[in-house]
Amino acid sequence: MSAHDVVITGIGLVSSLGEGTDAHWHKLTAADAAPTVDATRYPPYTVHPLPEIDWSLQIAKRGDQRQMETWQRLGTYTAGLALDDAGIKGDEGLCATMDMVVAAGGGERDGTVDDAILAASETRNDREVLLNEKLTTELRPTLFLAQLSNLLAGNISIVHKVTGSSRTFMGEEGAGVSAVETAAARIRSGQSTHMLVGGAFQTEHPDMLLGYELGGYLHRGPWKPVWQRDGAEGGGVVSGSGAAFLVLESREHAKARGRHIYAQLGPVISGRARRSKEDLATAIGGLLDKTSLPDGPLLALSGASGAHAATAAEGSALAQYGNIAARGFATLTGHMKEAQFPFAVALAALAVDRKAGYPAFDAQAEKRYEGIPHSVLATAVGYHYFEGMALVSASD
Amino acid sequence: MAHYHDHLGRPLVAVTGIGVVTSLGVGKTDNWTALTSGRSGIHPITRFPVDHLNTRIAGTVDFLASSDKGASALTFELAEKAGREAIAESGFDTDEFGGPLFLASPPVELDWRERFSLYNASKEGSASDRLLAVARNLQTLDIFETSQFGSIAARLADEFGTRGLPITLSTACASGATAIQLGVEAIRRGECDRALSIGADGSATAEALIRFSLLSALSTQNDTPEKASKPFSKDRDGFVLAEGSAALVLESLEAALARGATILGIMRGCGEKADDFHRTRSKPDGSPAIGAVKAALADAGLGKDGIGYVNAHGTSTPENDKMEHLSLSTVFGEHIRSMPVSSNKSMIGHTLSAAGAIEAAFSLMTMRQGVIPPTINYDNPDPAIELDVVPHRKREADVSTVLSNSFGFGGQNTCLVMAREPV
Repeated sequence: MSAHDVVITGIGLVSSLGEGTDAHWHKLTAADAAPTVDATRYPPYTVHPLPEIDWSLQIAKRGDQRQMETWQRLGTYTAGLALDDAGIKGDEGLCATMDMVVAAGGGERDGTVDDAILAASETRNDREVLLNEKLTTELRPTLFLAQLSNLLAGNISIVHKVTGSSRTFMGEEGAGVSAVETAAARIRSGQSTHMLVGGAFQTEHPDMLLGYELGGYLHRGPWKPVWQRDGAEGGGVVSGSGAAFLVLESREHAKARGRHIYAQLGPVISGRARRSKEDLATAIGGLLDKTSLPDGPLLALSGASGAHAATAAEGSALAQYGNIAARGFATLTGHMKEAQFPFAVALAALAVDRKAGYPAFDAQAEKRYEGIPHSVLATAVGYHYFEGMALVSASD
Repeated sequence: MAHYHDHLGRPLVAVTGIGVVTSLGVGKTDNWTALTSGRSGIHPITRFPVDHLNTRIAGTVDFLASSDKGASALTFELAEKAGREAIAESGFDTDEFGGPLFLASPPVELDWRERFSLYNASKEGSASDRLLAVARNLQTLDIFETSQFGSIAARLADEFGTRGLPITLSTACASGATAIQLGVEAIRRGECDRALSIGADGSATAEALIRFSLLSALSTQNDTPEKASKPFSKDRDGFVLAEGSAALVLESLEAALARGATILGIMRGCGEKADDFHRTRSKPDGSPAIGAVKAALADAGLGKDGIGYVNAHGTSTPENDKMEHLSLSTVFGEHIRSMPVSSNKSMIGHTLSAAGAIEAAFSLMTMRQGVIPPTINYDNPDPAIELDVVPHRKREADVSTVLSNSFGFGGQNTCLVMAREPV
């Protein structure tokens, strides 16, 4: 135990299952946990939609809400939940010295404007002039800011006054892995005392589906659990809207504030297998080797996306370790891209804190786990590239 | 051993390789010659039609193979060219670099030409149905790659043999500086003894131009493009959108000297401070920028008399230049009168995600060459901004430390302090 150990003192979660740690714990530990899915809005795709959210609970000013689209609101809101949970929200001193790493993609484009341009392109050959004509007259100036990747962090600074430092990492699941890894490294080295780290993904926009489907990654047809989509129509990913933010602190800092510690964040290991040249399962096995896994049965919160090759490789790598009971939470939340890894770490920390595992989310594919999880593994193997994992343990 | 570590006991970080591409050319030599001759790279836009546009000039990079292939392809090529030059200069293998990669690049979006081609390849259903139906039947991953935020870094990692999961980042117009800061920090924490930091931006599309135009951020002085970017001038009216890239090979000084590498400069300190005032405007009292400059000085272990030259953010927007002057004069007090402060953007425009990296590269060259590039177009000085901007012509000067500022939308403020020698 060291003063610079990284501990988790705040968790903010939003997904189709609800908002907050309690709602997620209750839904995910229920014997008959069922997903919330919407198969009607984007056929032939299914998505896990956002729940009803009263944005004003975390974003007090209507003016601030108006400056954002749903993705930024979702992230800013969930960051607020985490800050609240850690007892930092509204504490000017702590917020002004808090460092932040956000994993982000991009925000929502204006579908109405885009569709009008596309429709006009059917009858015009001067498409570049058409673009200038429409974009100069129909784009809302503020929408650009609602799309910019680093403006999720920017809005968190404005709304919650987190202003120590602000960095935005991009790159799908890998961005979430690097964000957690970098935040932990800063605390371990004494560079930061407390950090806000996380990400958000809003899938309910055609462009967000297109981001997967240009690579043929989306599952089509009836919903299935994440491990059972191989062989079904499409690429295996069912996406979900959601967000996860964590407050990480040095043990010393958290103790001095007398805060509840959910868990300690142990090794965070990242990698980039060259998937076209090397065996992904072997590469994931290599990461597991580096994660200092404890002996005995181990619960793993797997961020598996359902993408056929990556999910099969992860399943086989985890199975080869023999005593890992994986929980593919995307079965119930959908795949949340940049937020996937922070979400996995958050669910792992909850299990450690509540001294209980999650029942199988897919009784056919997932092993039973009983007992008190002292350590829990969190993984995110990208649907296309980038891999990462972390070990979360009881803090005492 | 003490001289391998800084005032806080951390490993000193040296620069052993530099690569640059801007609208002035490819490579350090061409860029430096142009920059020190006071030549502008700003020109009329020819990449796309300028009908209906208020701004019809830019500092685009039009002379690469991918210059007309979309933002993703061009950003990759810019990053690749700068990275290759930097690694080659450092003496490491260009295909087996062996350290982590930090890439500052613009957020990606599906290019309009792809959107048009997907849409018009189908005739059924709503626009989004058509795009999605065509997308799922594509036979290659080419378009997919352009829509993934991590794919440029993944390709660079393959090409250069960098280690581990590459980090792609955005801190808006401070991104290039942040990429360098992340590399410096990784070496200081002992995670690696070398890192490759790249800032690259090839995203000067019509839509990007229109978006900045709608925010009234761009100069509209189209008639004399080379005169449009005029930082610190009274008649400055916005920045000029531009493209470019720079790469630095960062290395622990100890490791660099052990292998006999040439030391091109030292990354002495990094500082940052986020602003919570507004999405595009900075706090009127300049406190976040002031905080970032002070944090960089403290990190470098230097006082307010420790900086020999400021490579300004100097965008040529009314707001930035005023705020930057306020923050510099607040931090440096009387010293600022004797400190040259110039803006490379007067010649190369604002290269957005790449700016912090390009300007760090030029800062290092300034020290090594003993020549300060000028601020051109300083014909009507802003009387409210009393700075020695090194007007019109380069100046020979013995510069041993530089402060390079980068400020961006979203309250991003990052400052780097560089030194010629380890001290």
